[in-house]
Amino acid sequence: MDEKMKALKAAFPLTIPIFAGYILLGSAYGILMSSKGYGLIWTVLMSLIVFAGSMQFVALTLLTTAFNPIAALFITLTVNVRHLFYGISMLGRYKDSGKFKPYLIFGLTDETFSIVCSTEPPPGVNRNYFMFFITLLDHTYWVLGSALGGLIGAMIGFNTKGLDFVLTALFVVIFIGQWKEQPEHRPAIIGVACSLLCLVIFGASSFIIPAMLSILAVLTIYRNKLEETK
Amino acid sequence: MTLSAAQTMIIILTIAIGTVITRALPFIIFPANRATPKYIVYLGKVLPYAVIGFLVVYCLKGVSLTKFPFGLPETIAIILIALLHYWKNNTLLSIGAGTVIYMFLMQVIFI
Repeated sequence: MDEKMKALKAAFPLTIPIFAGYILLGSAYGILMSSKGYGLIWTVLMSLIVFAGSMQFVALTLLTTAFNPIAALFITLTVNVRHLFYGISMLGRYKDSGKFKPYLIFGLTDETFSIVCSTEPPPGVNRNYFMFFITLLDHTYWVLGSALGGLIGAMIGFNTKGLDFVLTALFVVIFIGQWKEQPEHRPAIIGVACSLLCLVIFGASSFIIPAMLSILAVLTIYRNKLEETK
Repeated sequence: MTLSAAQTMIIILTIAIGTVITRALPFIIFPANRATPKYIVYLGKVLPYAVIGFLVVYCLKGVSLTKFPFGLPETIAIILIALLHYWKNNTLLSIGAGTVIYMFLMQVIFI
């Protein structure tokens, strides 16, 4: 119990930005679902078992057009293909996570990934519990946010315009943190440069796959020079 | 609801399975009990840095530099976050202040 509490206490502060982002985006999702006529049960079910922000927004379209599960599967694989990179990056850290492994893999969202790939648990804190609680807290925020949105609809009392920037800010801060801590900057530069280039060439709606392929290609070309990266 | 309850359930399960496939595939192809190819180990070391860079761009993909406000709120907020983070090195402060400034810019300045 003590071990669990220590891990939870270490994990919680790291998830506060995600709390803000997920409650906001989750509510936006819940509001949209209810506007399409889906009750709270559907919204919560979706957030509970899918737990993939951008895909759930895309799913709104899939639920409101003709029934086509094959197309739904292909669209899901395309929208979520970036997760492959998260898995490859986490092979080492999740290797010995035992009974937690299936859940850690299930819950590997953009935001959870950004925390677990860039943070070491404090000394004396069990790594597996630590990563488990980060994932569980994020999952909880997402389900809570969607439920909130489904319940209150558009009754939010203050102007939330721009609040979704909290997730951008989170990634920027992690980027800077990694930049300060890792003397080898080329992987980070390659990530930004390839993504920007592909965004300019292919446009916002179709740059993800070219960006991933070009990142892979450039990292592969630089392998000999970057192999020493810690 | 356009679809029946059963159809909705099937679509939700399909999306859930599709998502799990993208998250689990690397772990299935490279199981922990077998030696992971050196190339994949290498990617596992460098990808986290590249992917966070990608995620920053991914978040900003909707920003237009040719239409008002020309990406200014994002640029200002990110510069501020960078300065603050170098100075104070406090994650929550950097994220919180950056977001508040961005909201202020979007709601008050660039309207």
